[in-house]
Amino acid sequence: MKISTPILALAMATAMAGSAYAIDVKIGVLNDRSGIYADLSGEGSVIAAQMAVEDFMAADKGINVEIISADHQNKPDVASTIARQWYDEEGVHAIFDVPTSSAALAVNEITREKDRIFINSGAGSADLTGPQCSPNTIHWTYDTWALANGTGSAMVETGADSWFFLTADYAFGHALETDTAAVVEAAGGEVLGTVRHPFPGQDFSSYLLQAQSSGAKVIGLANAGGDTINAIKQASEFGITQSGQSLAALLMFITDVHALGLETAQGLVLTESFYWDLNDGTREWSQRFAEQNDGDMPTMVHAGVYAGVLHYLKAIEETQSVEAGPVMDAMKAMPTSDPLFGQGEVRADGRKIHDMYLFRVKSPDQSEGPWDYYELGYTIPAANAFRPLDQGGCELVE
Amino acid sequence: MFEIFGIPAAALFGQLLLGLINGSFYALLSLGLAVIFGLLNIINFTHGAQYMMGAFVAWMLLTYVGIPYWWALLLVPVIVGATGIVIERLMISRLYHLDHLYGLLLTFGLALIIQGLFRNQYGVSGLAYTIPSQLQGGTNLGFMFLPNYRAWVVVASVVVCFGTWFLIEKTPLGAYLRAATENPTMVGAFGINVPRLITLTYGFGVGLAALAGVLAAPIYSVNPNMGADLIIVVFAVVVIGGMGSILGAILTGFGLGIVEGLTRVFYPEGSAVVIFVIMAIVLLVKPAGLFGRTV
Repeated sequence: MKISTPILALAMATAMAGSAYAIDVKIGVLNDRSGIYADLSGEGSVIAAQMAVEDFMAADKGINVEIISADHQNKPDVASTIARQWYDEEGVHAIFDVPTSSAALAVNEITREKDRIFINSGAGSADLTGPQCSPNTIHWTYDTWALANGTGSAMVETGADSWFFLTADYAFGHALETDTAAVVEAAGGEVLGTVRHPFPGQDFSSYLLQAQSSGAKVIGLANAGGDTINAIKQASEFGITQSGQSLAALLMFITDVHALGLETAQGLVLTESFYWDLNDGTREWSQRFAEQNDGDMPTMVHAGVYAGVLHYLKAIEETQSVEAGPVMDAMKAMPTSDPLFGQGEVRADGRKIHDMYLFRVKSPDQSEGPWDYYELGYTIPAANAFRPLDQGGCELVE
Repeated sequence: MFEIFGIPAAALFGQLLLGLINGSFYALLSLGLAVIFGLLNIINFTHGAQYMMGAFVAWMLLTYVGIPYWWALLLVPVIVGATGIVIERLMISRLYHLDHLYGLLLTFGLALIIQGLFRNQYGVSGLAYTIPSQLQGGTNLGFMFLPNYRAWVVVASVVVCFGTWFLIEKTPLGAYLRAATENPTMVGAFGINVPRLITLTYGFGVGLAALAGVLAAPIYSVNPNMGADLIIVVFAVVVIGGMGSILGAILTGFGLGIVEGLTRVFYPEGSAVVIFVIMAIVLLVKPAGLFGRTV
């Protein structure tokens, strides 16, 4: 008797899977693998996605997951091309991560057009669940509204009521600046000026000097990654922090703190949704992650990719389908639960809801070793951490 | 204090000074490129990667061996220059008889490989290199706070740039070099080893890039992309100054740093493109560059 190889393979897969039919799922991790956001997303996000597949024991549940990845170079046009190719030719069912808001907004549109699923972890623009919200998109980890609400409010409460913004000149920077300015003004503070720098930048001394001569109490850094690192370094070099002005790094990842060193970064206040040393669950996962990532601890973006993939696979198991419509419905209907973000939910506008945390960067004396960087200021409860559902202007909200 | 176009003069002076500081890096880097192009006729696209290597080697010397900044200023250009010599002997020297394009492609490919290797090893967030203790702190000039280290960068860059110009334009060694580019066969007939002269020139140009890298290490983050971002601007500087013109590279380097600094005050969004706009205008009006000879 002659049995063809594909049939044999299918039979074996089915037998191993223990269910009648195996479901094939193809996931694409699209992010920056070579530029200024490569350390906070990059290969780490692929590792996180693989860990989610393993921890979910997808193969035992009859779900065969294939993960592919690519570098979008933080460019919306490159991101669009790859996303189209993945959906049209590679048969990708869902795209994950996508830092850089301009690239994320592009993928958001294409995903809606092709009716697939986009679970964003790396990008910040709150427009993804606001005016640009889509029935096919979930915004998992953080957004500009949550950052402004966290760090902005915390700074204003300490009496820092006049601000000058140093803003990366693209979608994310603009959104972060607008959201923070709103928080500052609502709390009775004022915005004295703004300077928008090309992205990515290298020398910030010129902008810092303009911020200094504005006389504002706080210089709000509405940028990210290498831009934030350089701006903070140069602010200390030009004696700006020593002369009494304080810096608000509105988006700061643990890899940025690691690169700056505690000597320069100490005392900075920042908002994140995840820190490896929060509880037993985050510690256990982060240790496993670090073992595969050259000893570097995960960022909240990595954590968001893990939790997002996990929730996505749960929805596939629930619906036994890879169709975007049913899977999205299931993801919004099921509460989320994972060791990294705890219990949460996905709102109608696609916003994932969980606690956010206000951290203060430790001084070198307080730190007990590598990656021991944050001291928890307070927890912003999930209910207050994100923009209220009715204020985003999302058409999916009745 | 009085105002100029709505900007307080004090702020403007500060920005001019900052422009001069950035110009120092443009000048040093474009000088190396101009030397290599002028004497070897190679468009050295590896220059940015070699600048990055300069910063990394300084960081490695400090971190792994404990060799401080001042020694690094001497050692790093020699070490990175030596890698340049190896590259010239093994690869670039095979391309002299071919079109410019081949050299450009080779050096561009090398730059990508070098950057990729460093990225794999060290990531992209960058490494911290502390400002040497002698140069920490700064001086209050009244209109701005000038960090001592930045003042040092300007001084070091001016000295090195004009030293190089003097070496090539005013000394017998420089005369041999210039003669060798004009007519290598004739110079060889006088008993001068032309290939070795050319190899050493390439090593020297690379050494200049590495020196700029060491100067940059304490103020910019030491990361694998630091050169890739800068090199395009530096090429524009060289084109504006006139390919191969030593003095042109130096003067346009400083000058464009200042122009870019002023753009950051009046229209910050345009600061990334202003140099390219100038390049386009110069190419239209004077295709050989401001200081270049018509070919």
